[in-house]
Amino acid sequence: MKTYIPHKFEVNINDKCIKCLVCVKQCSFSALSFDEDDATIYPDNNKCVACHRCTTLCPTKSINIVKNPIVYHPNEYWKANVIEDIYKQAETGGILLSGTGNDKDYPVYFDRILLDASQVTNPSIDPLREPMELRTYLGKKSDRLQFKENKKSTTTIKTKSEPQVKLETPIMFAAMSLGAISYNAHQALARTAEEHGTLYNTGEGGLHKSLYKYGKNTIVQVASGRYGVHHEYLNAGSVVEIKIGQGAKPGIGGHLPGEKINAEISQTRMIPEGTDALSPAPHHDIYSIEDLAQLVYAIKEATFYKKLVSVKIAAVHNVAAIASGIARAGADIVTIDGFRGGTGAAPTVIRDNVGIPIEMAIAAVDDRLRKESIRNNVSLVASGGIRNSVDVVKAIALGADAVYIGTSALISIGCTMCQKCYTGKCAWGIATTNPQLAKRLNPEIAYKRLSNLLRAWSLEIKEILGAMGLNAIESLKSNRLRLRGVGLSAEELKILGIKQAGG
Amino acid sequence: MKKKLKAYKIKANGLHFKELNNLIKKAVNDGHNSLNIVGVIGQRYIGTGLNKKIKINIKGTAGADLGAFMDGPNIVLKGNAQDAVGNTMNSGSITVHGSASDVCGIAARSGRIFIKGNVGYRAGIHMKEYQDFKPTLIIGGEAYDFLGEYMAGGILAVLNLNSKEQYLPSTYIGTGMHGGVIYIRGNVHQSQLGQEVSSLKLDSKDEELLYPRLKEFANTFKLDFDKIIKERFIKLLPLSHRPYGRLYAY
Ligand code: SF4
Ligand code: SF4
Repeated sequence: MKTYIPHKFEVNINDKCIKCLVCVKQCSFSALSFDEDDATIYPDNNKCVACHRCTTLCPTKSINIVKNPIVYHPNEYWKANVIEDIYKQAETGGILLSGTGNDKDYPVYFDRILLDASQVTNPSIDPLREPMELRTYLGKKSDRLQFKENKKSTTTIKTKSEPQVKLETPIMFAAMSLGAISYNAHQALARTAEEHGTLYNTGEGGLHKSLYKYGKNTIVQVASGRYGVHHEYLNAGSVVEIKIGQGAKPGIGGHLPGEKINAEISQTRMIPEGTDALSPAPHHDIYSIEDLAQLVYAIKEATFYKKLVSVKIAAVHNVAAIASGIARAGADIVTIDGFRGGTGAAPTVIRDNVGIPIEMAIAAVDDRLRKESIRNNVSLVASGGIRNSVDVVKAIALGADAVYIGTSALISIGCTMCQKCYTGKCAWGIATTNPQLAKRLNPEIAYKRLSNLLRAWSLEIKEILGAMGLNAIESLKSNRLRLRGVGLSAEELKILGIKQAGG
Repeated sequence: MKKKLKAYKIKANGLHFKELNNLIKKAVNDGHNSLNIVGVIGQRYIGTGLNKKIKINIKGTAGADLGAFMDGPNIVLKGNAQDAVGNTMNSGSITVHGSASDVCGIAARSGRIFIKGNVGYRAGIHMKEYQDFKPTLIIGGEAYDFLGEYMAGGILAVLNLNSKEQYLPSTYIGTGMHGGVIYIRGNVHQSQLGQEVSSLKLDSKDEELLYPRLKEFANTFKLDFDKIIKERFIKLLPLSHRPYGRLYAY
């Protein structure tokens, strides 16, 4: 069927082109071809997704990607994307899919929150010369500490601590399965987590044999499909995460199409090559908080009470009540994924319309757990759309213990947010299982870029803490007095638990 | 590790599941390879996460997640079991001389589960198979709705031995099924089946697959194998290995 959808981008190649054909070879979306007869590169604008692979690699910088300037008759209601979505569905009869996170123009509360700094009355701290601690411990904290006086007038702590996991920086890598992203990407995440004393998350696709050695820095995920979940896997990491939901697609299961299940993916998921990997929308052994408690303790039994259990949910309307249930179900960590959270593939209608902002969710959950006097029973991990070190700081000041980053991590290794992850054609070798494409991601370089990102953010967090006169990230946690809102309604300020700037 | 021949006895009465399972784990660590657990009154997670080829005999009523995530043990339960028997198990066997409740065999990847009596809803849901891993779940009595839902592999058989009705009481059988096979002794109406399966007659290959397993089942529970197979069986297979392949606009 002829498509009525106009092309979104135009590929312009100028006369500095030396016909090296790098761009033609690199365009995994088949948007460029070379005609030998007239020795010219012809773009097929319909196929270009603005992934920038060609422009980045072109040695003479002769390619430019611009927006198609075509206009529809101006209409603030029937906008171009609305019209084009209808065309696409009329042409395919299918559910629209998207990669990455919600890209719609909802308010970004992080950008309406400003940080405090010390002036005169309590001095700021210079993080370059004075000790500054980003270390964070995940796990249940005791209600009270009991001490024992020893004979030689020394004191020891009598209270037995629940297992804790130490993070040297409060930034972890979010769940992205092997299959959703390539092996090289997984390996780079694992290595970086190890170097920076933090954790990466396997996602729900099992754990590749060669990555077991990063166990201490690994969170293994158990999702509804239970792919690659077995005794050795459960005991391989420091944390086991039960995935209930995901910010990009709350309430929706997963579906890794058979085309992506190659030998490697088949091995870690433990399903035959070429079959679809369907993850049911719910876990069919969990229909209630009591059932969740049952799985939490099944995992604790299977891991001999040595591993922390995290429960990850999407930030939805009554997130605070659900988080309270999770805390009471025995989880050690509650992970909340906001509506900007990324994905390899989600129905666009869900991605763009379901869930709530992570900023609101963190504040609401932290508040609720405090009011119920159970905040110390769980660590709170926030994820979904953390873009920079300041978002990390604001998330922690709103009440999180630590954050996950997924999209930012992928951008650091080359992702250009083209949103085509679901096609499996990622030109940057990230969201693909095609070996030809996957090898474009050099694991050594990816590891260095990720590692630089974590270093840079950690340094910036120290700078910010110093400016606030704090010398430990612990003192920032849920310290909402150090936040002020601008341009927010009274109700928004109330839910965030912060004051209006000037007040 | 010393091998100890005599079964090690554990009294479960009055113990919290954590205390009971600690005793079990300790006994296994101490090298016991045969345990007799008596007086079980609903404690969960017996055998959960164990990865040794040990024998566990249980008397009483086992709680949920009997043998969850287990890899190797051979569990025999004289009594009934609650939900999620053999949840995500990797290998080993579970024999229940009674009935089991919902999601029996959920996500099992291998090993075998025999239930003498009935099971609740969603038995065999999302069982899988991979290379040499192929789970078997045989239910002597009836099974309720959503039997074999999302099934991706393995062998599931329901024998309906204790009922005079020829038809199973379940509906939505095999909804979302995309692998493996379901055998039902007796029959089902088309209206009881999920959209993703079709009902077929058995051929000689099925007999090769099913009969040895049924023989083992009959021996285990001292039933008459010939009598079991005298009644007709039907098999349910998924219509497609990719039931949701054409849902999306690319
Ligand atoms: S899809 Fe990417 S590589 Fe292909 S022409 Fe467009 S920007 Fe260049
Ligand atoms: S991961 Fe790849 S396909 Fe997905 S948005 Fe980034 S560049 Fe595009």
